[in-house]
Amino acid sequence: MTTPTDVAEREVVWLGDRVLDAIDRLGQFTLLAGQTARAALRPRFPWLEVLSQLEAIGARSSTIVLLTALFTGMVLALQTGIALARFGAKPYVGAVVGLSLARELGPVLTALMVGGRVGAGITAEIGAMQVTEQVDAIRSMGADPVQKLVLPRVFAATFALPLLTVLADVLAVLGGLVLSWLQFGIDPNFYLQTISNTVKFEDLFSGLLKTFVFGWLIAMVACSTALQTTGGTVGVGRATTRTVVAASIGVLVTDFFLTQLMVIL
Amino acid sequence: MSENADGVVIELSGIHKAFQRQPVLRGVDLAIRAGETFTILGGSGSGKSVCLKHMIGLLRPDRGRVTVLGTDITDLQEHDLVPIRTAVSMIFQSAALFDSLSVYENVAYPLREHMRWSEEQIAERVAESLAAVGLPGAEQKMPSELSGGMRKRVGVARGIALEPRVILYDEPTTGLDPANQRRIGELILALQENLHVTSVVVTHELELCFAVSDRVALLKDGRIAEQGPAEAIHDSQNPDVRAFLDGTRDTPDELEGAYAHARP
Repeated sequence: MTTPTDVAEREVVWLGDRVLDAIDRLGQFTLLAGQTARAALRPRFPWLEVLSQLEAIGARSSTIVLLTALFTGMVLALQTGIALARFGAKPYVGAVVGLSLARELGPVLTALMVGGRVGAGITAEIGAMQVTEQVDAIRSMGADPVQKLVLPRVFAATFALPLLTVLADVLAVLGGLVLSWLQFGIDPNFYLQTISNTVKFEDLFSGLLKTFVFGWLIAMVACSTALQTTGGTVGVGRATTRTVVAASIGVLVTDFFLTQLMVIL
Repeated sequence: MSENADGVVIELSGIHKAFQRQPVLRGVDLAIRAGETFTILGGSGSGKSVCLKHMIGLLRPDRGRVTVLGTDITDLQEHDLVPIRTAVSMIFQSAALFDSLSVYENVAYPLREHMRWSEEQIAERVAESLAAVGLPGAEQKMPSELSGGMRKRVGVARGIALEPRVILYDEPTTGLDPANQRRIGELILALQENLHVTSVVVTHELELCFAVSDRVALLKDGRIAEQGPAEAIHDSQNPDVRAFLDGTRDTPDELEGAYAHARP
C-alpha cells in the first residue's frame, strides 16, 4: 500500500535526482570548457578541421539566416510603421528597425536559428559517435576527442556567428527598406539616412560582441551534451533535443545578462 | 615500459566499478602474462567489457589498481596514458570505425597521430595491416560499404597499425555469421603467432574461447568465479563454470539492466 508519505518521499527523491543530474551536467560542461581552452593552446592546432567546420557551421547556415533576417526585417518594419504612425512618426521606421536589429534582434535571432540548426547537428553527429564507441576509439588510440572533435567546432562557431550576424543585420535592414518603400512609401534614401543618423558604431559593436559568446555557448553546449549521450539511438535523439532547448535558453539568458553588463559599463 | 619479473603485462587488482550506484565489478583480480591469449568469459551484463576498458584507461576504477606494462595507470591523466595507448590497442565490439573516413584514413589514423611518417610509409603500413586481416586493396572503401565481418577486420587492421604489444578484443565475434566468426578466431591466432602480441579477449562465445585461449577466466556477479588454463576451465567442476559452459545458467535480468548504464 502506498501512503501519502511514500508518494512524498518518491517526489523528493525524484527532485533530488534531477538537481544532482543538473549539477553533474553543469560540472561536465565547465570541465569540458576548461579542457577545450587548454586544447586550443596546445601545439598542432587543428586548422584544417576548423576550416571544414567553418563551412559546415557558417557557410551552410547562411540560407536559413538570410531567410530569417529578411522576413524579420520586413515584419519589424511593418509593425514599427503601424506603431509609429500613432505618434505621427512613421517616416522614422528605419531608425527604430536599424536600432533594434543591431542591438538585439540580429544577434539573438541569428543565435537562435544557428543554435537550432548547428547545435542539433553537432550533438547528433558527436552523440552518434559516442554511442557507437567512436569517441572511445579516438581515446584508445591515444588521441584527444576534445582536440579532434570539440575544439574545431567551438572555434568555428565562435567566429562564424558574428559573421552570420553581420549578414543577418544587412539583410534585415534591406527587408525593412523594401517594405517601408512599398507599403509606407518611405523613400529608400531617407530610410537609410535615418539609420545612419541613429545607429552608432557602439550599437553594432555591442550586438556583435554578444554573438562571439553565443557562438561559443551553442557549440560548447552541443559538444558537452553529445559527449554525455547514453542509451543508443534513442539517447542521441534525447541529447539532440536537450541541446536545442539548453542552447536556446542559454542564448536568451546570457543575452539579458550581457546586455545589462554592457549598459552598466 | 615492460612486463614485471613474472612476465605479467596487465594486472587488475581489487577492481570495483559502479555505474549510477549499481555495482558492476566487485573486486576483480586478473594478471595477464606476456605472449598469452587470455579470455574473459561471462554472460551479457557480467561486466567483462567494463573490465577490458579498465586495461586501457577508458574507464577508471572506483577502487583497486590497474598496472599495464609495468606502469600503474590508475591515476594517470589522459595525456599521460598516450604511451600505454600506443602499445595497447583495443578492438571495439562495434568496430567503431569513423564513418566519415575511408578505410585507408581509418587505418592511417593512429599512424598520423603518433608517427611523423611520409605518406608513402603510411600507405605501406596501411596496406600491410589490411593484408594481415585478409582485406588487401580495401583502402578506398567507406565503412558504410562494408559488411559486419569486414568492418570488424578493418577495426583489427586499425588496431595493429602501430604494431601494439597487447591487443584487447571486445566481443570480436558477436553478431557475425559462423564463417566470419571462424575467420576472426583464426585472425586472433595468426596475429599472436606473427606479431607475438599478448591478447585479451572478452566474449561469451565458447567456441571462440576454446579455439584461441591459453588461459580463461569466468566473470560472474562482478568477480572472477574461476580462472586457469583453458583445458582446466573446460573440465572444471566449479558449479558456476559448469552452469555457464553447459548453458544452464540463469540469466540475471536485473544485472542486464544494471549493465545498460555502462554501455554508451
